[in-house]
Amino acid sequence: MATLELLVNGRSHRVDALADESLLVVLRERLDLTGTKYGCGEGQCGACTVLLDGKPVRACLTPAASAAGKPVTTIEGLEENGRLHPLQEAFIEKDAMQCGYCTPGMILEAAALLRRSPDPGEAEIARAMEGHVCRCCTYPRIVAAIRDAAARSRRPGTGGLPHTRNGP
Amino acid sequence: MSERHELFEVEPERYELDARLPYRFALGRRGFLHLVGGVVVLVAAPRVESQESGRIGRSEGSETDLAAWLHVAEDGSVTVFTGKVEVGQNARTSLSQAVADELRAPLESVALVMGDTDLTPYDMGTFGSRSTPFMAPQLRKAAAAARELLRELAAKEWGVEPSALDVANGKVTHPPTGRSTGFAALTKGQKLVRTLAGELPTTPREHWTVAGRSAAKVHARDIVTGRHRYASDLGPSSFDPAELLHGRVLRPPAIGATLASVEPADAQSLPGVVLVTDGDFAGVAARSSTEAARAIDALRARWTTTPQPEGKALFERLRQAPEGPREGRGGGPHVKGSVAEALPKAAHRLESTYTAAYIAHVPLEPRAAVAHWKDGRLTVWTGTQRPFGVKAELAEALHLPEDKVRVIVPDTGSGYGGKHSGECAIEAARLARSAGRPVKVVWTREEEFRWAYFRPAGVIDVRSGTDAQGRLVAWEMHNYNSGASAIETRYEVENQHVEFHPGRSPLRQGSYRGLAATANHFARESHMDEIAAALQLDPLELRRRNLKDPRFVAVLDAAAERFGWAKARSGGGIGCGIAGGFEKGSYVAACAEVRIDPSGAVRVVRLVASFECGAVVNPNQLANQVEGSLLMGLGGALFEAVEFDKGEILNPRLSRYRVPHFSDTPKLDLVLLDRKDLPSAGAGETPIVAVAPALAGAIFAATGQRLRALPLVPRGLPKASA
Repeated sequence: MATLELLVNGRSHRVDALADESLLVVLRERLDLTGTKYGCGEGQCGACTVLLDGKPVRACLTPAASAAGKPVTTIEGLEENGRLHPLQEAFIEKDAMQCGYCTPGMILEAAALLRRSPDPGEAEIARAMEGHVCRCCTYPRIVAAIRDAAARSRRPGTGGLPHTRNGP
Repeated sequence: MSERHELFEVEPERYELDARLPYRFALGRRGFLHLVGGVVVLVAAPRVESQESGRIGRSEGSETDLAAWLHVAEDGSVTVFTGKVEVGQNARTSLSQAVADELRAPLESVALVMGDTDLTPYDMGTFGSRSTPFMAPQLRKAAAAARELLRELAAKEWGVEPSALDVANGKVTHPPTGRSTGFAALTKGQKLVRTLAGELPTTPREHWTVAGRSAAKVHARDIVTGRHRYASDLGPSSFDPAELLHGRVLRPPAIGATLASVEPADAQSLPGVVLVTDGDFAGVAARSSTEAARAIDALRARWTTTPQPEGKALFERLRQAPEGPREGRGGGPHVKGSVAEALPKAAHRLESTYTAAYIAHVPLEPRAAVAHWKDGRLTVWTGTQRPFGVKAELAEALHLPEDKVRVIVPDTGSGYGGKHSGECAIEAARLARSAGRPVKVVWTREEEFRWAYFRPAGVIDVRSGTDAQGRLVAWEMHNYNSGASAIETRYEVENQHVEFHPGRSPLRQGSYRGLAATANHFARESHMDEIAAALQLDPLELRRRNLKDPRFVAVLDAAAERFGWAKARSGGGIGCGIAGGFEKGSYVAACAEVRIDPSGAVRVVRLVASFECGAVVNPNQLANQVEGSLLMGLGGALFEAVEFDKGEILNPRLSRYRVPHFSDTPKLDLVLLDRKDLPSAGAGETPIVAVAPALAGAIFAATGQRLRALPLVPRGLPKASA
């Protein structure tokens, strides 16, 4: 058992973690941040995606210890002062979910995509999202939602995508 | 119960409902609505629909024939109680719309309590596309009764005739005087209960205002913020954090193996871990899921194995009748005229055999349950489509009276027919009983693949005879094992023999979205294509020659027109196919265009589908369900298959079991036919049935290869043998 310092959604947490314990388990069981989902445990479904240092990673394959000291963003950290992230708004608007279990991972992957590429085309979105499974198969709506979020962020006066909180 | 069965025959391929309990525990110690204020309406289930409250399977007794109840609180908020659950099919929103519509209240004022066995009336389960056609009308009646009650209260208060009052937007108004009051003021200080047994007129579909329109999911914000807690997410904040333990169950090395003995490898290796052994069950509970997994790995178990069939013998085996009598469900053959007499006289005869593999549901949220015992009473939060069925399973497995068990179903991370059983709930409950603390069990993906049930595999033999113009004169179809859903043909044919034969399944099997309608449509529609090819007729034309059902013709024509079927050309690695079908009150047709890469990979370029399910309740959500059903169908049609041999699942991981991804999504185009003159049917299932035969037809058009096995191209196009 080791004590780690994790920076999650702009807050610092001291947590106990077993050797090799995954970031997914620590987020869910120690910090009660259950928006990050378990889906397959082998990095094949993307449901556990979080941003580590701004980059999307599979929390199920990321040792918690390797995340120590680096900013982690989970789905719970996307809202700012009660205002939804444009992707969250767009997923609601486009009805880009059915059971919603894959949605947090999809949104975080898409957030990383939009930061790299503010106006991605459908093919680029599909490539970036390929590692995510929506078993309800709402894929066309997810693509539409990401395009919609990109358009929202480009609207004058919105100041672009909110800068996801990366650190304290 | 038998009388009810006549009213609603449970499809034979819902094998999981007949299954025995997963564990036999040793016998141990044996073990209404309390709303204050406001207006309550109880809705008795009418005779025909009482099968929703009728019981199947192992459970006894019928506590009630109530279908639903509805409460208008003293603050004007509306709560509806229904035993249906939300698993992504959008019932929470569409049922809320029905209530808001009928009550003349804003959608935001309506909340649904779903799938809580203490609070909601008995319900058989959320399956079979029954929430929209059966539950929505019940809730409408409850809402209509509440609306009338509120109208009467206002009339009494103001000394006017109820008929002089309008009810709209959460208010009762008296137009002549302009007096108006909200529901809250009317229900304040009231404690009224009205039971509604008879018929009550509800709003005709053409006058719907809230229903019939697109509305966002009522709980969408909780989903996109990660705030919604699925059963697998209940944790420290739901209980005393120091209390909750994580459970894990010891699994056999293969199907058919039973536990002979188990002991910890080393007594020191399990500090702080609760080990439970009971009959053929062994499991642990620990402070974290990591420790629970390590504790399981540290157990030393001996197993008694039994010989299990080889994977390659599957279809032979399915043709064999099951050992021992199969009780109850199964139905008999459907026979009309005489195939034996008509077939020899037919101008053209054709015979072919089709197969379908086992496929897995792969709900992204695996089975999950949290069990908590308090004062001898058990509460289990779990993701299931059958809360009352799981309650009965828990009571039986743990030797408890049913009133000592409560099952609560948080909105669940999908099911597709795969979450009808309570094994995970039972495991959590058993561990929690020994641990004396709440225990959460979440199945791993591998456990889902190995120990849940599959869509049945099947073999289907078809023989047909047609006249010189391609009109069917004889039709014979035998389905072995996969099921009887949609086995009967909608094509006009005088001489028929259609029959389902239960088979000897080597794997655990059960309900899957659309049941056997997928396999039966694949066989039937593929066979229609084969007849068309043999007679050199256009596949759509052949179907039209054999159809009278105008709704079927309408969906075929709608899809063909949007697709441009008349001008579609196959060749050069491109092929187009068409197929249609009917099931559970709704009609679907699909046109597919595929491109065959030089490597033999099959790409679905375009999929156009038309769908008609009577009056549309929520157009955007309907489109979402239909799209999802079609795209999910691509997986089972093209590449999904559970591989197994001698009791072992060979591909029990997502890296080895391929489900549809973003890159598999074709250009998708939907035509939704809204028939306001027809009752609304469910929509989540039927669209799936048209996909596989349309794709098989398209591949044939592109290559001349007729593929008769689902999945069609698990490893790309087979090397041409024909």
